[in-house]
Amino acid sequence: MTLTLERTETIPAVEPAADTPTGGLTIFALSGDLERTWATLILSTTAASLGKPVTVFFTFWGLFPLVRNDRGITGQVWMQKMLSFMNRGGTRNLPLSKLNFLGMGPAMMRSLARDHQVASPEELLELAKELGVKLVPCQMTMDLMGLTRDDLIDGLEEPAGAATALAAAEGATTLFV
Amino acid sequence: MTITITRTLDLKGFACPIPIVRTAQAMKQLVASDVVEVLATDVGSVKDFAAWSKATGNPIVERSQDGGVYRFLLMKKG
Repeated sequence: MTLTLERTETIPAVEPAADTPTGGLTIFALSGDLERTWATLILSTTAASLGKPVTVFFTFWGLFPLVRNDRGITGQVWMQKMLSFMNRGGTRNLPLSKLNFLGMGPAMMRSLARDHQVASPEELLELAKELGVKLVPCQMTMDLMGLTRDDLIDGLEEPAGAATALAAAEGATTLFV
Repeated sequence: MTITITRTLDLKGFACPIPIVRTAQAMKQLVASDVVEVLATDVGSVKDFAAWSKATGNPIVERSQDGGVYRFLLMKKG
């Protein structure tokens, strides 16, 4: 297709300076709250779109968004099962840190997001995978909470520990969410 | 001046970060010097595409506005 265009404004390309380190982004996702998980996914998909290598290390409550939405109660021992019952895994069950109102808050927030065409956490998670964002589940949290690899969604990196997360943070912009 | 548009992305209505993410995905399918036309209504996209251009080195060939629609011509760097 060839179009003749009226030139309205031209912006010269800004080449990244050669001496600027092209660091990546590493996020430590500790929170399993809806708004923080949303922020993590928005920042990681955007950074990947800017051409940066991105790693997200999901630990403690932050691991629960990676539980498959079709999983019921998880855990091997009663305390882990109780924990899973009180804190259901999966992106569909993420609570808001405030104004949660037993899940009414997140439902309203998601409704607003749909109206404003803000991508949902589910869509952003798929995009993150497509863009090559490395999603690393914390092995220690999995053991502690009784979560197996089969409880988690596909497309994740191999579960790993703090050393892996810190190695990914070397020379990268690091956020603790 | 004639610019050949390889692909048009209609991202009107979408909020941050979808315009940038979808553009980045489309750019991967293109070769050097290809131009993608992006239509967006996200007000933040004006600054965001400038930041994206700076980070990726892909130049903004042209930028214009028609009402609430922002139009960007983005070239894949050679």
